[in-house]
Amino acid sequence: MTDPDIILDIQNLLVARPAGAAGPPILDHVNFALRRGDFLAIVGESGSGKTTLAHAIIGLLAEGVTVKSGQIRFGYTDLLTVPDHRLTRIRGAEIGFVPQDPATSLNPVKTIGAQLSEVFRLRARSWGGTNKARCIALLEQVGIDQPERRLKQYPHQLSGGQKQRVLIAIGFALNPRLLIADEPTSALDVTVQKQVMTVFDRLVAEHGTTVVFVTHNIALAADHASRILVMRGGKIVEGNDLAGILARPVDPYTRLLLESARSDSRPTPRRAVSDGAIIEVESLVKVFDAKARLTRSHPPLTAVDHVSFAVRPGSTFGIVGESGSGKSTTARMIIGLESPTAGHVRFNGQDITRLPRAEQRAVWRDIQLVHQNPYASLNPRAKIGEIIASPLRAHGIGSAVFRAERAASLLEQVGLPRSLLARRPRELSGGQRQRVAIARALALNAKIIILDEALSALDVVTQAQVLDLLRALQEELGLTYIFISHDLTVVKQFADDIAVMHRGRLVEIGPVAEIFERPATPYTRSLLGALPGQRLAEAVFAITA
Amino acid sequence: MKAAHQGRRAIVYLGRELAQAASVLLGAYTVSFVAIHLLPSDPITNFLVDNGMALDPDTIAKMKLYYGFDRSAYEQFFTQLWGIVHGNLGYALSTGRPVLQDLSDVLPSTLRLAGASLVLTLLLTFSIVTTASLTNIKWLNRTVYALPPLFSAIPTFWLGMVLLQVLSFRWRVLSLFPDGSWMSLLAPAFVLSVHLSAPLSQVMLKSVDAAWQQPFVNAIRAKGASRSWVYFRHSLKYAAGNGITVLGLLVGGLLAGAVVTETVFSRLGVGRILQDAVANQDIALVQAFVLIIAALYVVVNFAVDLLYPLLDPRIVMDRDQPTEAGMI
Amino acid sequence: MSTSTRPYADIPAARQQPHLVTLNAVGNAGLAAVFLLLALWIAIPSVFTSYDPLSGISAEKLLAPSLSHPFGTDYLGRDLFARVVYGTPLTLLAACVAVPIGMVFGSVLGLLAAGLGGVTETIIMRFVDILLAIPGFLLALSLVAAFGPSVVTLGVAIGISTIAPFARLTRSEVLRVSQLDFVEAAYLSGHGRLHILFHEILPNALGPVLAMIAIEVSQAILIVSALAFLGYGNPPPSPEWGMLIAEGRKYLATAWWITTFPGLVLIVAVLAFAALSKKLQAFGRL
Repeated sequence: MTDPDIILDIQNLLVARPAGAAGPPILDHVNFALRRGDFLAIVGESGSGKTTLAHAIIGLLAEGVTVKSGQIRFGYTDLLTVPDHRLTRIRGAEIGFVPQDPATSLNPVKTIGAQLSEVFRLRARSWGGTNKARCIALLEQVGIDQPERRLKQYPHQLSGGQKQRVLIAIGFALNPRLLIADEPTSALDVTVQKQVMTVFDRLVAEHGTTVVFVTHNIALAADHASRILVMRGGKIVEGNDLAGILARPVDPYTRLLLESARSDSRPTPRRAVSDGAIIEVESLVKVFDAKARLTRSHPPLTAVDHVSFAVRPGSTFGIVGESGSGKSTTARMIIGLESPTAGHVRFNGQDITRLPRAEQRAVWRDIQLVHQNPYASLNPRAKIGEIIASPLRAHGIGSAVFRAERAASLLEQVGLPRSLLARRPRELSGGQRQRVAIARALALNAKIIILDEALSALDVVTQAQVLDLLRALQEELGLTYIFISHDLTVVKQFADDIAVMHRGRLVEIGPVAEIFERPATPYTRSLLGALPGQRLAEAVFAITA
Repeated sequence: MKAAHQGRRAIVYLGRELAQAASVLLGAYTVSFVAIHLLPSDPITNFLVDNGMALDPDTIAKMKLYYGFDRSAYEQFFTQLWGIVHGNLGYALSTGRPVLQDLSDVLPSTLRLAGASLVLTLLLTFSIVTTASLTNIKWLNRTVYALPPLFSAIPTFWLGMVLLQVLSFRWRVLSLFPDGSWMSLLAPAFVLSVHLSAPLSQVMLKSVDAAWQQPFVNAIRAKGASRSWVYFRHSLKYAAGNGITVLGLLVGGLLAGAVVTETVFSRLGVGRILQDAVANQDIALVQAFVLIIAALYVVVNFAVDLLYPLLDPRIVMDRDQPTEAGMI
Repeated sequence: MSTSTRPYADIPAARQQPHLVTLNAVGNAGLAAVFLLLALWIAIPSVFTSYDPLSGISAEKLLAPSLSHPFGTDYLGRDLFARVVYGTPLTLLAACVAVPIGMVFGSVLGLLAAGLGGVTETIIMRFVDILLAIPGFLLALSLVAAFGPSVVTLGVAIGISTIAPFARLTRSEVLRVSQLDFVEAAYLSGHGRLHILFHEILPNALGPVLAMIAIEVSQAILIVSALAFLGYGNPPPSPEWGMLIAEGRKYLATAWWITTFPGLVLIVAVLAFAALSKKLQAFGRL
C-alpha cells in the first residue's frame, strides 16, 4: 500500500563496488522513506556511501558501479527499472540535482547562459527570447548581480559562491518535486556558505520542494534539515527527525559526530603556558608580482599586509581565515619558504628573516612543517623508514643503524607499529600518512611545528585521533604549534591563542575564549555568525539546562 | 579598467606567439645554414664530384659566382635570408632553375593529396571517436578502441602497396598510374589518412574520456541530457583543444607520408622533387625544403595557438585574477 | 579557491582502487616471447635459418610459401624468411640505439631547462622548438643527401630528431613533480638541491619518459623502414625490411608474399614496442 504522501521510498538498496575492488558494498541494504515537504539531510564522511546514494536516486552512478538489488520508488515509478529515455525525462523536471564543487561542475568552455538555458533547450524547442528572459529571472532569484552580463561570461569569471548559485538556479529551474543537493557548499568558505544556504532555504520554501541534502557537516545539517540520516560504511546507522537526533542520539558514531561539531568541548586544561615569545612576527608584508613589467598579466597582489603577533612557548597558536586571507603565506614566511617583502621574524629573539641557505637549514632543525595533503607529502617511491629518517640523513647525523632505530622509535611515538618501516606510502591510509609526516617533523627534535591545514584532509574520526596525538606530543615534548586552519570548530578545541586574518590583514588576536565569546571586530563576528551549529548549540543547551 | 586589462592580455598573448614563431623560423634557418656550411667541402664541389663531372677550377669559379657561394659565410647568411624573405629560394643545382619554380609545378598535386587525406583523417577520427563514445555494444567498443594503436603500427608504404594490389589487380577499380579519377586520389589519400588518424584518434579518445569523467558531465545529465547530447555539445568542444594541437604537430608526418605515398602510387608531386634532390646530392635544394616545412610547421602551429583561446577561453582571459565581485 | 577539502576516506590507496596494471599473464608472456624472438634473430640468426640471405638459387625464384620456404622466395631465389631474419638488426638496431641516445641528450636538456629556469630555460626551449619544426624524415633525407645512404645515417637522423620530444617531456614532468609537497618537505629536511633532484624528483618523473622511449622506438622503426623502402638505407642486397617490401613492388600481382610477410613482421615488431610502452606507463603510475 503506497502512502501518497511518500515521495521517495528506498528499499533494500545494495550497490556493489566495481569488479576487482576490495571492500564492503558501497551501499549495504539501505532503507528509508521520504515524505513530501521533508528536508532530509544525509550525514556521513567520505566513503560512507552518501554520495553514491544521491547519485543512485538520480541514476548517475559512476562507471562500473551497479545496483545489485533493491528498489527506489519515486511516486509510482521504480527508478531502477524504468527505461533509460524515461529516466532522462525525469531528471531535471521531476528530480533536480545540485552538484558539489562549483569549480568543476560547470563546463569551463561554455558560457553561463548556455549552461543555464540548457535546462530549457533540452525540453522545448523555444530558442532565444523566452529562454533568455527565464534565465535572467532565475539569476535574479538566486541573487546574482547584473544577470544579463553574467549570461555571457564563462565560469572562471565568477566566484565560487556565484557559481554555486548558478548551479542552484539550474536545479530549481524546472520546479522539480524532489531536489537532491550533493554537498553543495562543501567547497565554499564559511561566510559564503551561509549566504548560499540562505538562498537555498528561500527557494525551498517558495517552491515547496522536498529536499535530500547530502553533507559531511552535521552542524550544517542540523541548521536546515527536518530529518537526519547518519551513514557510515554503506549503512544507515541512525535516522530520526531533527529533534530526536539532537536530543537522543543512539549510535556512538552519531554521538561522536555531534560532539566534534559542538565546538564548545574543551579538553582537560593543560599545564599553564608560560609567557614570553618563542616566535615573534613583526609587520610582515608579502606582495606577489611586485615588479613592473611590460608583459605583466595581473596587478600585484598583497597577500600579507603588515601582520604582527607573538607566539608563547609551549602553546598552540591558531591562525584562522578564509581562502585568500594570507594565513598560509604568513606561516610559510615564518618558516622561510617564502621570503617577506618587508618585516621580520624572530625566533627566541634572533632574527631569522631572509637568511642565506646554510643558516636557514639550521633554523629548520628547530622549526618544521606538516603539509595539508597526506597524499602528496610523502615520496611515493621511498619507504616509510627512509622518509622519517630523511632529515637525519640530510644533516649527516648518526650512522645508518642509528637512523633506522630513531625512525622506529619515532614511528612508535606517533602511534604506529614498527612493521610499517618497510612499507611504502601507498599502503598507508591518510591518517597514517599524516602521522608519518608528523614523525618526520620530529626527527630533528624540532621545537616548533607549523601545521598547515594538517587536519583538513582527514575525516572526523581520524581527525580526533591525530588531534589527541598532537596534544600528547605537546605535553611530552613541550612543543609549540602554529596551527593554520579554516575550520573554526577544530581551532576552538585545539588552540590557546587565535589570530583572525582577512584579505591579508590581521583582524583580531587574542586568547581563544575571548575571541569566541567576545569577538571585537565586525569581520570576526560575521565569521563566527556564519558558523553552522546554531541549532546544535540550542539543543544541547536545552538538554543541559 | 577590467576591459583594458583583458585587451592588453590578448595583445601580450598575440605578441608573444608571434615573437616565438619568428624566432623559431630564424633559428631553423640558422641551424640549417650552419649545418650545410659545416660540411667538409662546399656544395658545388660535392655536386660535381658526385655526378662524376670534372673538377675544372674555371667552371667551379663560375658556378660559385652564379650560385653566390663565392662570398663569405656571413655575407651569404644575410643575402640568402634577404632572398628568402623576398620569396627567392635560390636555384637548384641539378636543374639550374629557381627552386620555387620547380616546386610550384608539382605543388598542386601534393596539395590535393594532402587536402584529401586531411579530410579523410578527420572523417575517420570522428567515426572512431563517436562510435567509441556512444555505442553500448561491448565488442564494438573494444574493437574501435583497438584500431588507433593498430593504425599507428601499419607502415604507410606497405598499406599502400597492399591496397594497390587489391584495387588494381584483384578488383580492377584502380589503374596503376594516376589517371585523374576519383579513385586515384582517394586510394592514396586513404592510405595516408590511416596513419595520420592514429595519433589524432588516440588523443581525442583520451580527451573525450577525460571530459566524460569531469564532474560537470553529471551536472548536465542531471538536467535531463542524454549521453549523445553531452557528447556532441559538451565533450567534443572540451576535447577539441587537444585535437587541434595534435593536428598542428602532424605537419611533419604529413610530408613524410606524402612522399612515400606518392612513390607507391606513382604520383607526381613534391616527393619526386625531393627524392631527385637527394639522389643528386643537391643539398641546397634539400635545405630549401627543410625551410619550407619548418615554415609551414610554424605557421600551422601559430594558427592553432590563435584558435585555441576560442575553444578554451581560460587561456587568454585571466585564469588567476581574483574575480570581480569578490568572495560573495 | 577555498582551502576546505573533503575529508578523504581513511582507507589505504592500495585498497581503494582495483589494481591499475592489468597484469594479464597471457599478454605479458606473449609480449616477452616476441621480444625474445627478435633478440635471438639479431644475435644468432643462423639458428633460425640455414639459407643465405644474400644469394639465392635462381632456379628456385618466386616460389610460394611452403614448408621448406615459410615465407617463399624472391625474384633471385633467395629465401625470404632468411632475409627477414637477417634484416632484423638493420631495421631494429638503428631505432633501438638511436632513440635512447636521443633520450639522454633530450632529457638532460629538459632537466637543465626545468632546473635552471630563467633565460637558460627560454634559450633551451627555443632550440627545442626549432628541432621540433624539422621532421626526422626530412632530416634523414638531408643527411643522406650530404653523406650518402646508409642505415647509420638514418640512425643518426632519428637520434637527433628525438631530442626535442624528450626535452619537452622531461621538462614538463620535472616541473610537475617539483610542485608536489614531498619535494618541499625534502627541502625542509635540509637536503641539497642535487640530492632532491636525484632522490625525490627524478624517480617520480622518469616513468613517462621510459614509456616514451618505447613508443618513440616503435615510430622510429617505421621511419627507418620507410626510408629504406625509398632506397636510403644500406644499398642492396642488404635485407632491410623496408627494402624487402620495396623489392616486392614489381611482383605485386604474381608474388604477393614478398611484400606481405616482411610487412607483417614489421607490424608485429612495432606493435610489440607500442604494447611495451603501455605497460611501462601503467607501471610508472603505481
